[in-house]
Amino acid sequence: MSSDKIVRVANAQGFWGDSLLGPLRLVEEGPVDYLTFDYLAEITMSIMQKQKMRDPNAGYARDFVSMLSMILPTCKAKGIKVIANAGGVNPRGCLEAIEGVIREAGLSGFKVAIVEGDDIFDRIDELVGSGETFANLDTGEALSTVRDRVTAANVYIGAKPIVEALEEGADIIVTGRASDPSLVLAPLIYEFGWSMDDYDKMAAGTIMGHILECGAQCTGGNYTGWRDVPDYANIGYPVAEAKADGSFVITKHENTGGLVTVETVTSQLLYELGDPENYLGPDCIADFTSIQVAQDGENRVAVSGIKGRAPTPTYKVSMSYANGYKILGTLCIAGPDAIDKANLLAEMVFKRVARHGVDIPEEDRFLELFGTNVMYKGLVPANDQPHELMMRLGARGEDRKALDVIGTEIVPLITSGPPGITGFAGGRPRATEVVGYWPALIDKEKVSTSILVREV
Amino acid sequence: MARVQLFSIAIARSGDKGAGSNVGIMAKTPELYEFLAANLTADVVKDYFKEICLGEVTRYELPNLQSLNFILEDSLGGGGTETLITDAQGKVHGPGLLHLEMDVPDALLSAA
Repeated sequence: MSSDKIVRVANAQGFWGDSLLGPLRLVEEGPVDYLTFDYLAEITMSIMQKQKMRDPNAGYARDFVSMLSMILPTCKAKGIKVIANAGGVNPRGCLEAIEGVIREAGLSGFKVAIVEGDDIFDRIDELVGSGETFANLDTGEALSTVRDRVTAANVYIGAKPIVEALEEGADIIVTGRASDPSLVLAPLIYEFGWSMDDYDKMAAGTIMGHILECGAQCTGGNYTGWRDVPDYANIGYPVAEAKADGSFVITKHENTGGLVTVETVTSQLLYELGDPENYLGPDCIADFTSIQVAQDGENRVAVSGIKGRAPTPTYKVSMSYANGYKILGTLCIAGPDAIDKANLLAEMVFKRVARHGVDIPEEDRFLELFGTNVMYKGLVPANDQPHELMMRLGARGEDRKALDVIGTEIVPLITSGPPGITGFAGGRPRATEVVGYWPALIDKEKVSTSILVREV
Repeated sequence: MARVQLFSIAIARSGDKGAGSNVGIMAKTPELYEFLAANLTADVVKDYFKEICLGEVTRYELPNLQSLNFILEDSLGGGGTETLITDAQGKVHGPGLLHLEMDVPDALLSAA
């Protein structure tokens, strides 16, 4: 293997709902070897679990499959491989759908693989019986406090099964809850023949994945120096050029908008970071204090020097549970005296709801007067006489019907209260389910992953 | 010495960490990093965010990236999926920190 071999990994999807332009442009506008897609946030698994309960064929990212049909001819022509954690809670359903779109497009010669074993929803009681406590990682609470309300449970698995799928020749690999950076690390292990005990390399690939995982957030998106960023509408998605020694360059394709500098890349390194010396993942512990970052030409940032250590003997588990309901309605209020009027309106709502026989306890009520510094509370001086503000009024609770009564008493405020109330849109608000997030750990020995490869 | 907002000497990014948030801040020069490391303490950040962050503030140093990372516990009005507040993920805590005013030596400002 030549030491100057370069493997190009691009991330086309930062989250479920990211722009379709990411993948469509990345495959056309420049060189890419691997296209990765990050679909799964904590709440996503719970939504998908619900979809699967209603329809056994659902429970994965359907828009991934429809997007795939648009890029597959180009991927085939250019030899681009696709790795996505789009399988949600039903990778097999996703596999069948992918086979369907490949055939419909009149294409053939694809190997499609899925990774299974992350979904432990049906094994929770068995695992508790074998000694796993699943205590809440943040609060220490026992799982028993929410056990009967758990709606999804998935293990953040690592790169190994994805590497196995690549070794089987897979062109498209779909996982369930694989850890986001592992999607990016896996092709590097495969291409460079890295040993999974080489923790500096595992950390390099993991940190490369961390930089890529939010798409355009490392190419100028969400950057506080935004006035320096050219052509936002045409912002390029990130491409990493990896080398066998673990160093890599973050860049973007020619003739795209956005900006790749030490500052835009460092911004993303800092995103959702905890203890920098102990970035825990399934494949290693990465040390963010070892990262060296340097400008390497226009829109190119070189990253090197990354150190890592052996991973912990546990995987992180993401569980979600039904945690009651919430309702939120909005109205716009013009001045003068907008704040006084908003407070009166809020008081009216809860008094009128009480006339319907519904008691919303004080601590469950929510009122936010947008325009009075709700996002920067205490950080900058508030305007005490705003000409306009938005009232965001709602409540939390266990009784869905009771909360829906609040929804009936928001619009009538326009004709029954003080003047200058407007901007009601979107119909009568309804209570929605609150998904609680329950992070926990599981002994790695208790989790076994497997792959399934099919040729289409 | 000049009183400036951190906007002029640093960049920042924030996101959610469970029921709290993290705020990463990168100084524009190595000298400004030394200044921030010495003066932008966890106590200063906690006091600044006291109406938003109800829990503790922990600070981590990343001299290699000219950066500090602050963990703001209990700063989202409940968990990310449960809270009703507008900024449920703490996305604006980073830009918010850049509004903080500090007295910075003139020599450091000219290089920024």
